[in-house]
Amino acid sequence: MSDWHTSTLTQLAAGLRARKFSSVELVRAYLDRIDASQAALNAFISVTREQALADAAAADRALAAGAGGALTGVPIAHKDIFCTQGVRTTCGSRMLDNFVSPYDATVVAKLKGAGAIMLGKTNMDEFAMGSSSETSFYGPVRNPWNPQLVPGGSSGGSAAAVAARLVPAATATDTGGSIRQPAALCGITGLKPTYGRVSRYGMIAFASSLDQGGVLTASAADAALMLREMAGFDANDSTSVDTPVPDYVAALEQPLAGLKVGLLREFFDQGLDAHNEQRVREALKLYQQLGARLTEVSLPNLPLSVPVYYVVAPAECSSNLARFDGVRFGYRCENPRDLLDLYRRSRGEGFGAEVKRRIMTGTYVLSAGYYDAYYLKAQRVRQLINADFTRAFGSVDVLMGPTTPTPAFAIGAKTSDPITMYLNDIYTIGANLAGLPAVSIPCGFVQELPVGLQIVGPHFSEARVLNAAHAFQRATDWHTRVPQGYA
Amino acid sequence: MSAWETVIGLEIHAQLATRSKIFSGSATAYGAPPNAQANLVDLGYPGVLPVLNAEAVRMAVKLGLAINARIAAQSVFARKNYFYPDLPKGYQISQYELPIVAEGALDIVLDDGQVKRIGITRAHLEEDAGKSLHEGLPGVTGIDLNRAGTPLVEIVSEPHLRSAKEAVAYMKKVHTLVRYLEICDGNMQEGSFRCDANVSVRPAGAQKFGTRAEIKNLNSFRFVERAINYEVARQIDILESGGQVVQETRLYDPDKGETRAMRSKEEANDYRYFPDPDLLPVVLEEALITSVRATLPELPDQKAARFASQYGLSAYDAGVLTASRELAAYYEKVAAEGPEEPEAAAKWAKLAANWVMGELAATLNKEGLDITSSKVPPKQLGGLLLRISDQTISGNVAKVVFGTMWSGGASADAVIDAQGLRQITDTAAIERVIDEVMARNPAQLAEYRAGKDKLFGFFVGQVMKATAGKANPAQLNELLRRKLGG
Repeated sequence: MSDWHTSTLTQLAAGLRARKFSSVELVRAYLDRIDASQAALNAFISVTREQALADAAAADRALAAGAGGALTGVPIAHKDIFCTQGVRTTCGSRMLDNFVSPYDATVVAKLKGAGAIMLGKTNMDEFAMGSSSETSFYGPVRNPWNPQLVPGGSSGGSAAAVAARLVPAATATDTGGSIRQPAALCGITGLKPTYGRVSRYGMIAFASSLDQGGVLTASAADAALMLREMAGFDANDSTSVDTPVPDYVAALEQPLAGLKVGLLREFFDQGLDAHNEQRVREALKLYQQLGARLTEVSLPNLPLSVPVYYVVAPAECSSNLARFDGVRFGYRCENPRDLLDLYRRSRGEGFGAEVKRRIMTGTYVLSAGYYDAYYLKAQRVRQLINADFTRAFGSVDVLMGPTTPTPAFAIGAKTSDPITMYLNDIYTIGANLAGLPAVSIPCGFVQELPVGLQIVGPHFSEARVLNAAHAFQRATDWHTRVPQGYA
Repeated sequence: MSAWETVIGLEIHAQLATRSKIFSGSATAYGAPPNAQANLVDLGYPGVLPVLNAEAVRMAVKLGLAINARIAAQSVFARKNYFYPDLPKGYQISQYELPIVAEGALDIVLDDGQVKRIGITRAHLEEDAGKSLHEGLPGVTGIDLNRAGTPLVEIVSEPHLRSAKEAVAYMKKVHTLVRYLEICDGNMQEGSFRCDANVSVRPAGAQKFGTRAEIKNLNSFRFVERAINYEVARQIDILESGGQVVQETRLYDPDKGETRAMRSKEEANDYRYFPDPDLLPVVLEEALITSVRATLPELPDQKAARFASQYGLSAYDAGVLTASRELAAYYEKVAAEGPEEPEAAAKWAKLAANWVMGELAATLNKEGLDITSSKVPPKQLGGLLLRISDQTISGNVAKVVFGTMWSGGASADAVIDAQGLRQITDTAAIERVIDEVMARNPAQLAEYRAGKDKLFGFFVGQVMKATAGKANPAQLNELLRRKLGG
């Protein structure tokens, strides 16, 4: 059998349990696909072949004994922002090029506990700061639909890997759109859960109040299966929420009839590419045919998302990244003259340009005399955006709109203009500021490039959001399209 | 010229006596090998997160209740950002705009017996940093992060203190209080209790504060007093010679007895405080505050007032005996050994106070011990006092007996019997000795009877000598006077 990669995660898990094939066979096949793609896509920073094969053998033994969890023997990949015990965890940075984590992130441990086999760690924008996966110390990730284009970011390695079917699912993180934007640009499903739904413990922090772990998969059903295993309260993360984890898989098949869908007026702005808009509007029409009721809603403060985000996120990152000082772990400059030299050169040489830009921005907005004008004001506007969402969810069940203004863009096209790059996240940042669950699903193509539809729901409404996404995927086949050369 | 007024405010750092650190599960015990008590959270590893120790919160609430402060229904942890090798995360988690405790007060007693209320602006929770090691590490600096993440409560006073003495009295009061509350072991050598002093001077009568200097990290009462006195003199010198005090941080050098500049205001860090997004605001339900209130012990001032009324002690004695919970408990155990009849009980209480503050305190002090390691337990001291009050032995003999009890561990009665120290109170026996003495010294007897009263002492001495000091002095006086008088 050689077409495992066209199966969904859900099918693979079932096939393993039915012992139609072994985990070792499956893992080896995917590892071979990873190796074959690496030169073209650069989706992985580390591939853990030996460990994966050993784990797969153990999974086969468990399956033979009738034991195992929901994901036993299923191969996955982790974004290299999740700490993995005994495995290099770089966060896409020279700063952590030599860092082997002494512990597993909670997400990693939970998926391990469910039986998933890690094949490797995926490439990403350095410290998750970027929208194109070009800021990685390990070189840019390429989009499997067109290697001249970016896969989006920061979880570009995970997105490219799933799009090219190098793994059936990969973990990712989303601070301002880092799961949904690459999902859209790579034509796959990307789920950012509610802030607090998935533990952040062991997920290297970029902006703590916005970061949320999630998953990239080929379908909403696969995302539901992954989330069920990843979610839950963690005593090690004070911001994780102690509320029961519903069975997202069981909730997929609810009927859509009567679903109140809000069209986000602010998302259909002048920055939205006309072709993209067309695909999104076609998708909305399909929702109507499936029984949803569409109304237009307005979130007047939402256009302020990008400036608010580019105050709050850098502020938090300037503090979160202070621990990378060359003293205890990570990169240390050669022969420091004194303490100041150790700090300056370790950080100066260890961090890339975008990370430094954000640390400087963040340091500035928190400085005495500027704090009120920037940080405090941004927090106030963030409250207004929250209130806008709360008001909207008073009258609709979910909000829908485009995930990104345009399809994938060329590598290098936006690297010299950070503002243009930042505007790529204009439709995704709102859900991070308000801590809401949101999913991006493929809804068509523009010039052979995938376009994403975004669905945002109220806090802890992942089941509803995934259900809406799943209903769409039952009626369409966009999510089954695989880029040429990877089919 | 003494027309200067000193203005002092103290920031006291008390290490909370929790078993584990404020944001991690590492132990807080003192003296472990370097970094043996530093886990990944304490080391600031990538991806780790802080989780607040609920016990530290309860302890801060306890302090707040004991100083009649406002307990914040919601307080917020903030990050204080600066780079230093002993600060693993590059920021200290502290509280800034919304501390857990605000607007409290403590009373101190001044030299003239007046009570002065010292306002406490706030008390907030924070984590301690680690420390750099230089000894035995030529050419490099070691970092020990055992202390990193140790819970502290920082208690910030209003600038209400007007002299080094007042500052010390206030600091001692806080020291007594935190030990009473069992939220801090108060060990100053180990750094569990230390303070920064903000010192300024201004012309007497002026409203405006002078420019202040902050003296960092004072870890003994003596250093606080000396550092402040030095600093006050230094500032007055500057002002009287027409100069200006510079706002700066200073360090006290105990060897030289002086303070010296560490960094000026211009060089000060911009700490870029902001709420820590890894920690939720601390929300305190009324029920929690009530449950902490129920654990409050009798506080030092309450106990001192009770001692004064219950035992009839002076305010001073009551203050000394309640300086620590352990000393007060010791005293009360000794007091409980006494009689029940009110007049006798009052006498006993006074006798007990004199012995605890006198012979016992002196002996402890001489041996460098504290009350909990007294070699004479309260019950045994009570046994000794009983023999004083029933006149079995005199006060002077009691001191000898106490010394033997201290080194030998025996009871008072055992020592008295073994050394034959029992006082002679049998009238006939004393009379017999008096008769013998009178018979042996006819010349002196004649002189006395002729009016030489001074010889009375000679007869007392002779009888005491003959009884090895055991004759009851009062009885002896009375009997001797009668007999000599013929």
